[in-house]
Parts: sequence; structure tokens; C-alpha cells
Amino acid sequence: MMLVTVAVLTRSRNLFAVVVLSSVYSFLMATVLVALDAVDVAMTEAAVGAGVSTVLLLGALHLCRTEEAKHAQAPWLPLAMAVVTGGVLVYGTYGLPAFSDPQAPIHQHVAARYLKDGPRETGVPNIVTAVLASYRGYDTLGETIVVFTAGIGVVALLRRRRQRSEGDR
Amino acid sequence: MNAASHFSYWATICLMVMGLFIVMARANLIKKLVGLAIFQTSIYLLYIAPGKLIGGTAPIIADGFSVYSNPLPHVLILTAIVVGIAVLALGLALVVRIREAYDSIEEDEILAAEERQP
Amino acid sequence: MKDDVVLRVVAKLLVPFILLFALYVQFHGDFGPGGGFQAGVIIAAAVIFYAIIFGLPTARSVVPDWLVEAMVAAGVLLYLGVGLAGILLGGNYLDYFVLGATPVAGQHRGIFWVEAGVAVTVSGVMLKTFYMFAARARDK
Repeated sequence: MMLVTVAVLTRSRNLFAVVVLSSVYSFLMATVLVALDAVDVAMTEAAVGAGVSTVLLLGALHLCRTEEAKHAQAPWLPLAMAVVTGGVLVYGTYGLPAFSDPQAPIHQHVAARYLKDGPRETGVPNIVTAVLASYRGYDTLGETIVVFTAGIGVVALLRRRRQRSEGDR
Repeated sequence: MNAASHFSYWATICLMVMGLFIVMARANLIKKLVGLAIFQTSIYLLYIAPGKLIGGTAPIIADGFSVYSNPLPHVLILTAIVVGIAVLALGLALVVRIREAYDSIEEDEILAAEERQP
Repeated sequence: MKDDVVLRVVAKLLVPFILLFALYVQFHGDFGPGGGFQAGVIIAAAVIFYAIIFGLPTARSVVPDWLVEAMVAAGVLLYLGVGLAGILLGGNYLDYFVLGATPVAGQHRGIFWVEAGVAVTVSGVMLKTFYMFAARARDK
């Protein structure tokens, strides 16, 4: 279903439809993530992808208000490059572990320790929050600073014209 | 190795390739940004699918469960989602400014306008 | 949109519940899915919802610009401050176990304040971006 959504999104030229389809795609991704037991990630993807991201896209669309122009030539070269890249990646997956293999390297090293010692050392049953806020706190600090930088970047980009107009302040 | 064991990777690669195609082939800047978002979202699937254990549950310790899905990819992808929306917000701000400067958000029109005036 | 009675009533009923749900997600992040990021985005969504129904000037009088800008910076400063408190109390930067009477209590306190800082910054940034996009449309 997600593949169908993306296919329709690629061909659609009405940008409003593109934004709505991207919101549908995010929602479907959140559902798949719940099926994969990633409940924290699914909640964040649903809130961010299907919520705020759609609002920002609609806000930008309202400011730009165009429809996508007709393609000048058929996109054979990008299509070929995309298919070749996909083929190479599929060849690369032959070396990856099978789905839900308990002996896969991803389960061996630190994850078992987090699951075993996490509740005892931090007192928090949700291991994802424990790892995010305590074991890997530096990464979360960096990420908060990234969000902060994006915020001031948007302010820096869109600020000047507001001061020149006299309507708001 | 059969189709069932690697299906999640192949689905991810299909979505990734489609997102890449939208970024490369479409000239409209907003559509390129949406294609980039699709690309990023497919990568979330790439990381979370290997962490899932069939018969396990979400990594929240509770009585009665013994097998949990791997929490490490969840943490990484939480960060990735928030960084993704930061990228989208900045990209959209740039598109708005480009639109005001060139009165168009089609890449070929903007390149032609750039060539006309140095 | 504020002339439509149905939208107005539904919005007035829903916004407090959305904010309450955001607080629930924030504080129950320890026991179920949730945490700072999700709560921040839900708070921003609630205020954006209010702004869409009742108009941007009304929303800006309820959640003014200076408050949003202060939120953006305050969350990062809170996070950095928790790390600094770890140094001042004897451990390394961002050590939680020195913050409380027992290591586990210190972890609880550290995680609580860190998640609060993250939620404040995320909601501030989302709101500020929305305000900038929406305000620019009215200038044109």
C-alpha cells in the first residue's frame, strides 16, 4: 500500500494532492512501525510526519501556490540510475541477516545489557526512554541542539521581510 | 535465504529508490523535498525491521514478557525523525525565499533565470 | 473559520484535552511509549489547531512571540543546565546518579528534567516555524 501511495505521489502534479499523499504515507509508515513493535517510534512518526510536517508543507504551499509544470522530457536517465542503484542495493542485502534472527549481530553486544540492566540502573521500565535520556544522553543533547539550530535558521531566513512591513508589530 | 527472510529489506529499497527518483527526476522544489522525506522514512524501516523479534514485544519491561525487540534502533530512529523534520522546515523556508526571489519553484526555470543574469 | 459554530465549539472542547494528552505522554514516557519529542510535537499541534480555527492574531495573543522564542532557547539551556549540575555535584557532565539521594532517584530526576527540556524546545521550534510561515502569508 505504501508503494502504491508513493507511485501515485510521483505521478501527481497537483501539489496539494502531493502533500496529502505524503501525510497518508507517513500514517501508513507509523502503522507498519507498530506492527514491528516500535511503539515510541510509531508515535513520533505519526505526530511528526502526519502532523507537523503536513502543516509546514501546507504553509509553504500556500506561500508558493503553483502547480508542478509538465516535464520537458521523459526522465529516462534518472529512472535508469534509480533502478541500477536499487539493483546494487538488493545485491547488497544478500549479506544481511534474515528477518527476526535472534543471532543477528544487532542483538549481541550492547542491547542485551541495556535490556537486562536498564530497569535496575535507571528505574525506568521504558528501555527506549532510558537509553535515549540516560545511556545515550549526549546524542539527545546534540539532537536538541539540531532542532534549536533549525528553528533559528528558519527565523534567520524568513525574518527580514517581517521587519520591513508594518502590519505585525 | 528466501523471499520471506529478506522481504523487509527489499520493500525498504523499493521505497528508497522511489524517493531517490522523485528527488532526481522532478524539477519542482516542493516535490523534491517530499521525495527526500520519503527517502528518509524508508531508512527508518531499514533500521527497525532487523530489530524486531517474532514473538517479542515492545521494549518496555513488564511482567509476563521475556523477549523484547531491540531498543537501540528505536533510539537512533527517534533522533533521525526529529532531524528529518528539522531538515524539512529549513528546506521549506529556503523554498519560500527562492520563490520570492525568482517567482518560480521549478528548477529549470530558476536555472534559466540564473543564466540570463550573472 | 471562527464564524462556524460547530468548528468553534469542537475546537474549544478539544484543545484542553490535546494539551492534557501531551502532558500525559510527557510524564508517562517512563512507563509507556512517549517522552519529550512526542509531547512537544503534540503541544505544538494543539496551538496550531487553535490558530487555524480562531485565526493567527488570536493565537499570537494567547501564545505570544516572545514566549515562543524564549521556549526555543530555554529547553536547550535546561538540558545543558542538567549536565552542568552533574559537574557541580561531583560527577562528570550529564551524570545523573549524583543528582539524588540514591543513584536511581538521581536517574529519575535527571531523566525528568532532560525530557522536559526537550519537549519545551521541540514545541517552541515547531510553533515558531508555523508562526513564521503563516505570518509571511499575511504580509504578501
